[in-house]
Amino acid sequence: MSAVPTPRRSEWAGPPAKDIVTAYGFWMFLIGDVIMFASFFAGYAVLAGGRAGGPGPADIIELPNVAVQTLCLLTSTLTCALAGVMAERRRMAWTQLWLLATGLLGVIFLALEIREFSHLIERGATPQRSAFLSGFFMLVGCHGVHVVAGILWLGTMMAQVAVRGPKAYVQRRLSAFMLYWHALDIVWVGLFSIVYIWGSIT
Amino acid sequence: MSGTTEPGALALEEPAERNGREDRGRGIAAYLIGFGIALLLTAASFAVVMTDLVWGPAVPAAIVTLAVAQMGVHLVFFLHLTSGPDNSSNAVTVAFGTFVCLLVVFGSVWIMTHLSHAGPPHATAAGM
Repeated sequence: MSAVPTPRRSEWAGPPAKDIVTAYGFWMFLIGDVIMFASFFAGYAVLAGGRAGGPGPADIIELPNVAVQTLCLLTSTLTCALAGVMAERRRMAWTQLWLLATGLLGVIFLALEIREFSHLIERGATPQRSAFLSGFFMLVGCHGVHVVAGILWLGTMMAQVAVRGPKAYVQRRLSAFMLYWHALDIVWVGLFSIVYIWGSIT
Repeated sequence: MSGTTEPGALALEEPAERNGREDRGRGIAAYLIGFGIALLLTAASFAVVMTDLVWGPAVPAAIVTLAVAQMGVHLVFFLHLTSGPDNSSNAVTVAFGTFVCLLVVFGSVWIMTHLSHAGPPHATAAGM
């Protein structure tokens, strides 16, 4: 890249830096992913009235549980951002520590979600019970699967930071992971607002 | 005019790897502010349904408004979506994605609600 002759200011200023290109590509993926979530949101909104005599949103939602889940995910977004700051400053031990905190909060979030799902299934509120429950499990479960994938990715990033250190490509992958994790929290904002908080009064 | 400026001079001003990029030294303080605002908006969202501070019929509008506000806070403070030069492509992508999402959600609800009103009485696919 450095061999490219520098053009005059009015001309093309050379290719954008690689981390900007990588981030842009990852934004494209995230937008596609969010559009998929929008489809599941649409499905849920359309099916929410189809209870087939079974429980409705207000019957199955435990707001205190959701509040703790939200707090976990929101705090993990902060710890993830702090890991990014520490990686930029090349303080890799701190990076690892904040990444570990992010992962642990993600695991607590998942544990609470699995507990919620198993309570519902014990009570007979399975995805097969009604159209509303199919939409609910699909939407919330899809987000949960994304969190699982995020935690696995986080594990591989911690291994890369441990073995490779603050190399440029490790930094790029870390920043892509951070975009992913923050985007997951944005999806969760929609989920807890529409499905849980709004659902608790319907 | 600027005949004395050598090609290398510009490179010194703007190294290639900093090509139009915003300042990368994002402080911890900005993240803490974003976290604080997001926390307040979340708490407000829960307070809307757990207390009776908000007039009943306005509750859904309040929930949606708080959610959109919090998504904006996340985009700006955590995803660093700005109007800066290195971010214009990202911003356009997000704008288009938002458009598609709204089209999918409101289009589906609109069409399916109409279908359910026009269909036989046992049809249950009603909007929220």
